[in-house]
This record gives sequence, C-alpha cells and structure tokens, in this order.
Amino acid sequence: MSAVRISDDALARACGADELADAAARSGHEVIRTSSWGMHWLEPLVEIDGVGWGPVPVHRIADVLSGEAEDICIGEIREHPFIARQQRLSFARAGRTRALSMDDYRNSGGWAGLERARSLAPGTVVDEVIASGLRGRGGAGFPTGIKWRTVSEARGDDKFIVCNADEGDSGTFADRMLMEGDPYALIEGMAIAGYAVGAQQGYIYVRSEYPDAIRKLNTAIENCAEIITPFVVEVRVGAGAYVCGEETSLLNSLEGKRGEVRAKPPLPALEGLFGCPTVVNNVLSLAAIPHILSEGGAASYAAVGIDRSRGTMPIQLGGNIRHGGLFETAFGITLRELVYDIGGGTASGRPVKAVQVGGPLGAYIPPDQFDLVFDYEAYAGADALIGHGGVVVFDDTADMGALARFAFEFCAAESCGKCTPCRIGAVRGVELVDRIRSGGRAADRVERTPQMQNASGNGRTREEELGLLDDLCETMTYGSLCALGGFTPYPVRSAIRHWPDDFLPGETT
Amino acid sequence: MADLDQIISRHSDKKGQLLPILHDIQAEFGFIDNAMQGQVAQVLNLSRAEVHGVVSFYHDFRTSADLRPEVQVCGAEACQARGAGALMGVAQDAAGERVRIRTVYCLGLCSVGPAARIGDRLHARLDKAILARLVEDA
Repeated sequence: MSAVRISDDALARACGADELADAAARSGHEVIRTSSWGMHWLEPLVEIDGVGWGPVPVHRIADVLSGEAEDICIGEIREHPFIARQQRLSFARAGRTRALSMDDYRNSGGWAGLERARSLAPGTVVDEVIASGLRGRGGAGFPTGIKWRTVSEARGDDKFIVCNADEGDSGTFADRMLMEGDPYALIEGMAIAGYAVGAQQGYIYVRSEYPDAIRKLNTAIENCAEIITPFVVEVRVGAGAYVCGEETSLLNSLEGKRGEVRAKPPLPALEGLFGCPTVVNNVLSLAAIPHILSEGGAASYAAVGIDRSRGTMPIQLGGNIRHGGLFETAFGITLRELVYDIGGGTASGRPVKAVQVGGPLGAYIPPDQFDLVFDYEAYAGADALIGHGGVVVFDDTADMGALARFAFEFCAAESCGKCTPCRIGAVRGVELVDRIRSGGRAADRVERTPQMQNASGNGRTREEELGLLDDLCETMTYGSLCALGGFTPYPVRSAIRHWPDDFLPGETT
Repeated sequence: MADLDQIISRHSDKKGQLLPILHDIQAEFGFIDNAMQGQVAQVLNLSRAEVHGVVSFYHDFRTSADLRPEVQVCGAEACQARGAGALMGVAQDAAGERVRIRTVYCLGLCSVGPAARIGDRLHARLDKAILARLVEDA
C-alpha cells in the first residue's frame, strides 16, 4: 500500500490536514507529513505516488485512498501548471521532504553549501554572496553580500547573526512556510553567514503568531547542533509588535527592551545587537544562501532575474485570489501574469479592482498598471514597493477609502511612538480621511470666537483637507525614522490617486 | 509566587533575557502585574519603569488576570479582501462577555482567509457560521 503524503504546514492544518491524516492512518495507511507544495487553494492536499487530490474534505478520504474521487484529482503534482511554471531555488524542497527529517535534508543536497563554505576562506564566501547579486528579501533590497562584508571588516570580539523572522506584513507567508517546511535551510544559511563574518551566535526572532514555526525551529536546532557547531542558534519569540520587523527595533526587542526604532547611523552592521557588529537578514535572504554557496551556485543564481534584481523571489499570492499560494520565480514577471494567468483572478469571481504589493505599507496598484514587472527599481519608479513579495488581490467590492483609512489606523496602532510624524501623523491621518469622506469640516466654536483673528471662520473645504493630507503624507515620508511611518503614505496616496471616487462624501460606509 | 524566581533563574544564562522571562510568566500565570514586574526588575537589576515600559509596549502582555478564553481574529488586508470585515460583529455577538475577541494583524494564512487562532490552533476559510461556532466552543 502506498504511503499517503499530507502536509503538516500550519496553513494545511488550519484547513483540516490533521483530521485528514488521522483518518488515513485509521484506515491502515502509512501517513507521511511533508512540507507544503504551496498550492493553498488545494489544501488539504493528499499525495499518493506523486498524484494529488485537493482540497479533500474528511468525509471523502476513503474515496481518495481507493483511487476514486476523480472530481478533485489534480493529476501529477509536479506537472501541475502552478508548480511546473515556477523556478524554485529557496523552496526546492517544498512538498518533497519532511520538514524535520535530517535524512531528507541531507539527501536533497542539504549541508553541501556549509561544507563547501568551510573549505573556502571567509572572505571568499562573502565574495560569492556579492557575486550572486542577492539583495535583502525583507523589503529594502540592500545587497546581502555588501552587508556581510561590512560586518566581517568591522572590529569586535563578539559578532552576531540575526534572522528577522518577524513576518508581520499582511499577505506574506513565505518566511512561515520556509521555517515550517525547510528549517535546516535557514539554519544552514545562518551558519554560513556566521562563518563568513566571524560570528558564533545566531538569533532567529520569530513572531508569536507563528507557533508551528517556533516549535519546528527549536526541534531543528536541537537536531543539527553538532553539524553547525561552533555556531549556535537560539529562537527568540516576539510579543505581537509589528514594528519589531524593523531591524533596529528588532534588535532592541532582542536586548529585552521596548521595540523602539533606533536612529541610523550607527548601522547595525557596525553597532547592532548589544553594540556589536551584527548581520540582520530576512529568512528568505538567509535561506537562499545554501544554494548560492553550493558548487557554481553564485553564478547560477546571478544568471536569473533582470537588471539589478538577480535570482528568484518567492512571491506570495493572497487575498481574494482563486489560486493563492507560494510562487517562486525569477524577477521580471508581470503583475498581470501573477494575478490572472497564475492566480486565476479573484476567488469571488468578480472583477479585480486593486492589488496591494508589499504588505500594509505597499501601494495599491490598479489593473491598468498590471504590466509592471517584478523588479526592485521598476516598482520604486512606479511609487510602489516589492517589500517582502506579498501580492494581495481585492475585487470590485473593496472600498479604497476605507482601506486608506485602515492604513493610517494600522500605523497608529503599531507605531513604536519614538518619532512624531508616525506617532501623531497616523492619528491625524485617520481623522483627515474621515473628514475628506464627509466633505470637509465646519468651523468649531473656538474658531468662530472674535479672538481667533487668524482662523478663517469657515472651517475647511474638502479640497483644503486633501491638501492637508498631502502635506501630512509628505511629512511622514520624509520625517519618519523608519518604514512604518515613512511608507504608510504609499497605500494612502495610491488609493487617492487611482480611486478618487471612493473618497467622495456619501461613499462612506 | 515562589515560582516566579524559578522562571527568572531559568533564563539566567541568556543575554537580553527579559522578553523570554515575561513570556514564561504570562504562560504560567496568564498576566504580569505590578508586583511581578517589581520582582523581575529587582532580580535583573532594572528599574520598575523599564520593566513596566516593556510589558506595556507589547500587545501580547497583559497586566491583569483575564481567565476568559481568547479568540484571535485576523483583521489584516488579505483577510479583509476575503470578507473578514463582516465577521467581526458576528464574533463579538457570539462571544458576549464570556470570550475575549482580539483582532490581530496577520496569522500568515493570507490565501485561505478569513482566519482565526484559538490557543495554538489555527482555523481558515471561515464564514459567519463557522466562526460563531468556534467562538461558542472556545
């Protein structure tokens, strides 16, 4: 009897994979819990001899096990267009291995990068990362190798590798999938980074919303401690603060302080954790490292992508999309391909109204700009950002005015409070959007008193409020310490620019 | 309160041990009140203000006992795009005073929302009926 493969990824479990696995086991089948293929609309997905069924409700497991249930059979999983079209480097093991199996990891090329790195001089390892063209996958897109070189040349007895796994952006789940599905790859990447820059200690800062990832990482670290020694890795758990995804705030949090943003300079590469030189890299950046350090990896990584965006990007398709999931591909793909060809349009079947790329701080992009190619510079040129590669689709029922208001509301709730443009600007932003959507405001009692000679006495028209909002956005963009306040204007301004009708009075829900 | 010292000493060999300690205290007692904050401050040689500042900064930490079960409902953009907005009222109604509803921003289930979390258990593809039942069973 063939083994039944079912994912134990948190998303699959949330869709009922555990109940399904129990049912299959009860009927006498061997059940293997693997990582997820990333085809989320098909979860829970059942795989037998390479053939997939999904989504499988518990009451149909008997049909699937007996090879029936043709209506939900998707054929060979590897040949499914969603998988076949991808170029998986960081997610090469997704769906194919058991997350915590040391045998599966080694048999699929694991530890080869670390072993090869250790046979090279640390400086050569840094050079290879520079040559690969890898840029930080957390959002800013800073060249990873350059950061490593700064740390390796910095003087300090203690140096640290910090993995930023505080994946708080809505619409992103690649870090979670990688930590849950291929934790050794992340640990190997960190061990290579430690060797390259001369650090002995690594920290993975995981958000508390990811209990499965925390559990698996802890087990994985225990299992492979001997392989990565003398390098040591420890998991630290966040406490529900979105802003701790910002690197300096994350460092403060790791030190046991309030997660307040630090002013830069000094750069964390020179004075980071506990004042020591520190590499702070995103999960996806570090997980790309084992491939880059494998034989010929740097060149093959640099060979894909376009312009200055080299390699692959694990893109996350979410929100109101029919075929949501993880799609890793070379840079250069257009939004149109992602949303329509691969994503299959909206889940609701209604027309697409907007797409938000790059999390809550990313711009809303209208369908007439869907020819935009996935590339750091192309997005920057269109006043948008790639961020962590999350693509969230909205159908035509979305109220862009409400979403712009939400962007400010979110910023107000999550602001660390250190800088004024973010702390106060976000609150004022919510009020401004409300006033714009209610047609301006009348003069209040104080303004009408004769002593207030400089007040117009007429309140503010809607146009004046829009001007004020523009001012506020400008102040936040240029005056905030970090990306939370600095990028909140992206979703707000793009919503006003492309969907001005959603801000008209009377549209307010 | 003898356990508190044990929890603190459990992390004595760590650097920057305040957050792990606070997590453990909250897991053990369900909250971190002023007395506990004072005790932590004393052992770690911090001021009470510093510990209080950290406890009040993070959304996960509570300062008073609340033994009600908690249901976290995702309210981020991706779940909003899938209709989470309409579910909040339903969750609140089903919860009444018995269950605490907390809006969180992103559980990482953005392609199969709306999503919720109860304890360490995640739930996806929610609609009004499923969520109401989850809250009632919480």
